[in-house]
Amino acid sequence: LTADFREDGDSRKVNLGVGAYRTDEGQPWVLPVVKKVEQMIANDNSLNHEYLPILGLPEFRANASRIALGDDSPAIKENRIGSVQSLGGTGALRIGAEFLRRWYNGNNNTATPVYVSAPSWENHNSVFMDAGFKDIRTYHYWDAAKRGLDLQGLLNDMEQAPEFSIFILHACAHNPTGTDPTPEQWKQIASVMKRRNLFPFFDSAYQGFASGNLDKDAWAVRFFVSEGFELFCAQSFSKNFGLYNERVGNLTVVGKNADNVQCVLSQMEKIVRTTWSNPPSQGARIVATTLSSPQLFDEWYGNVKTMADRVLLMRSELRSRLEALGTPGTWNHITEQIGMFSFTGLNPKQVEYMVKEKHIYLMASGRINMCGLTTKNLDYVAKSIHEAVTKIQ
Amino acid sequence: SSWWSHVEMGPPDPILGVTEAYKRDTNSKKMNLGVGAYRDDNGKPYVLNCVRKAEAMIASKKMDKEYLPIGGLADFTRASAELALGENSEAFKSGRYVTVQSISGTGSLRIGANFLQRFFKASRDVYLPKPSWGNHTPIFRDAGMQLQAYRYYDPKTCSLDFSGAMDDISKIPEKSIILLHACAHNPTGVDPRQEQWKELAAVVKKRNLLVYFDMAYQGFASGDINRDAWAVRYFIDQGINIVLSQSFAKNMGLYGERAGAFTVICSDADEAKRVESQLKILIRPMYSNPPVNGARIASMILNTPDLRKEWLTEVKGMADRIISMRTQLVSNLKKEGSSHNWQHITDQIGMFCFTGLKPEQVERLIKEFSVYMTKDGRISVAGVTSGNVGYLAHAIHQVTK
Repeated sequence: LTADFREDGDSRKVNLGVGAYRTDEGQPWVLPVVKKVEQMIANDNSLNHEYLPILGLPEFRANASRIALGDDSPAIKENRIGSVQSLGGTGALRIGAEFLRRWYNGNNNTATPVYVSAPSWENHNSVFMDAGFKDIRTYHYWDAAKRGLDLQGLLNDMEQAPEFSIFILHACAHNPTGTDPTPEQWKQIASVMKRRNLFPFFDSAYQGFASGNLDKDAWAVRFFVSEGFELFCAQSFSKNFGLYNERVGNLTVVGKNADNVQCVLSQMEKIVRTTWSNPPSQGARIVATTLSSPQLFDEWYGNVKTMADRVLLMRSELRSRLEALGTPGTWNHITEQIGMFSFTGLNPKQVEYMVKEKHIYLMASGRINMCGLTTKNLDYVAKSIHEAVTKIQ
Repeated sequence: SSWWSHVEMGPPDPILGVTEAYKRDTNSKKMNLGVGAYRDDNGKPYVLNCVRKAEAMIASKKMDKEYLPIGGLADFTRASAELALGENSEAFKSGRYVTVQSISGTGSLRIGANFLQRFFKASRDVYLPKPSWGNHTPIFRDAGMQLQAYRYYDPKTCSLDFSGAMDDISKIPEKSIILLHACAHNPTGVDPRQEQWKELAAVVKKRNLLVYFDMAYQGFASGDINRDAWAVRYFIDQGINIVLSQSFAKNMGLYGERAGAFTVICSDADEAKRVESQLKILIRPMYSNPPVNGARIASMILNTPDLRKEWLTEVKGMADRIISMRTQLVSNLKKEGSSHNWQHITDQIGMFCFTGLKPEQVERLIKEFSVYMTKDGRISVAGVTSGNVGYLAHAIHQVTK
């Protein structure tokens, strides 16, 4: 998709398939706090390029998990959490998956079902498959007809799932639908999972980026912790720190007691050692430095809010234009959905029209990246969607 | 009740665990001869000047942080291939190779092992030299391969058991995989001579083996990058389509930045494209795409003539210091009055030295002298300085007299 966009010579072209934040000028954005901290790191002559420990930079690990679980997390206070610095969110998922395949629900039980939402980030399937799981299933999630969460379908799948199945849950800003359960719905989900002994594996790639508020975006994970679950949470700092190519991620492990968690970490070390030995230093240093300084933390929070607010603005502007144009259908889902992505509801034929006739690039699923919208292209995109919906059935 | 009650405490990593034990030791005379990280003559980590310059150049360009392609930074992968194969290499010029960026040497081996497991259907057997780097075995095993061994190190002479190696290799079932250390064998420091490499090439060709070269020390062994890559280049010239893992951890001091590469020499450019597509399919569910920092630094150095020249000088400097420490260790052992033959210390090459010390002697060195090394008697010569070589010789003499 990106390659086709690059080669397109039309001056009106818009890339709504990009997977990264863009400014209102359509440019990548290195966060100001990141620039500042990189300069600090460059000027610090006491730093070198020595190996990090296998599990990663200690200051990074502790801060990263603290961000996910909250300063006042009972799990942190009770010392029953562990962290593994990983190569992005993908790396965290993979280490967690490899560990679960070896040690969860027996030893090397490749038959344990793994449930991925329908739809989900397409790489989820591959991560668990390559980790050795043989039975990867979907759970109902997106209701195309009502353009929202199919809660009943989801809960039914959880009721029917074999005991001990693993469920990949999106902590916030579901990719690709942008549709999250409400707190009430999360409570229902947690209740079923507890009763049926299902394992929650959270994927948290957008904390802060979704609502602009770190605590709000972590509500689901923290709720599950407060309900006494043992869980994994794969965190990515690609989006909320804009550190995409530095591969900064963290696998947070929440257990029942400190000893168990230490055993888990020691086995995760073995897995890390045969995967990448030890993680890259640069991105972890940037995040650790930022999170451990109150001043830099505040600056970062401001940068995150800048990104989240721009996305929210684009959502509201796109919706209001479509409604003003009288585009057939309802468009409230554009502002009700959250995060980088939106499932517009456009069908494949309409998407084809957008790409071929209007030079607006989006996924065949109708998914758009709100970051591709700018004040300059909003009108054109809105008009094009209007055309697609009215001309093509 | 917990899901994890039955999870056993894993043993500390044999190599990295040494550093962790060293850090806990309060003895002021302690020496860390465990992990293979270069130290200057003050025992301090050494950030290469060319690395600092490259970092400054990169910072001034104010680049963005967008995802790299799955296969990594193109300028880096191309330069890595050229460094290993040589700019005049037919394989390089014709494009009948694919190189993907990897998470240093380990990540490269992991990609390689997984690739072979998936696509090399002829055999599950990987033949390692005896001994080999401790992490080779679990990497290949986790990928679903089986480990076998060929004779390599002769503990009686502390040098290469060439006839044993040739004997074993000539009996390896056809189409098995054989792993060779390109230079500065880890852990022994024992490398074949060029004449011996020629014979090895002939026998692996005769047995129709898939050759996997692990090159983690190019430049670091002899101080000359071309000399250290000689075996790799010779094999390719002999028509052997090797696979290759490279690391820039040691030769550029980029340890924690995780800069490495995995290369497959193919029949033609078209095959290379197909292999590349499959490597990407392997990489994506592991970590999506690789980290930029180390690759940018390495690329800047390799592709900027002045920096490259400076790098070659600095690599030679590191190699030379190690060679001089070997010499000083031997002369100090003589001064201590040791009657043993320590010639292997100067015959061996690269960062590591297989001292020949037995596990009980190693244990005494750790406990009584706070000299840390791995149980196999391997020392990282890089951890030896003119300031502590006397103490080391004294300690070794005490446990071996």
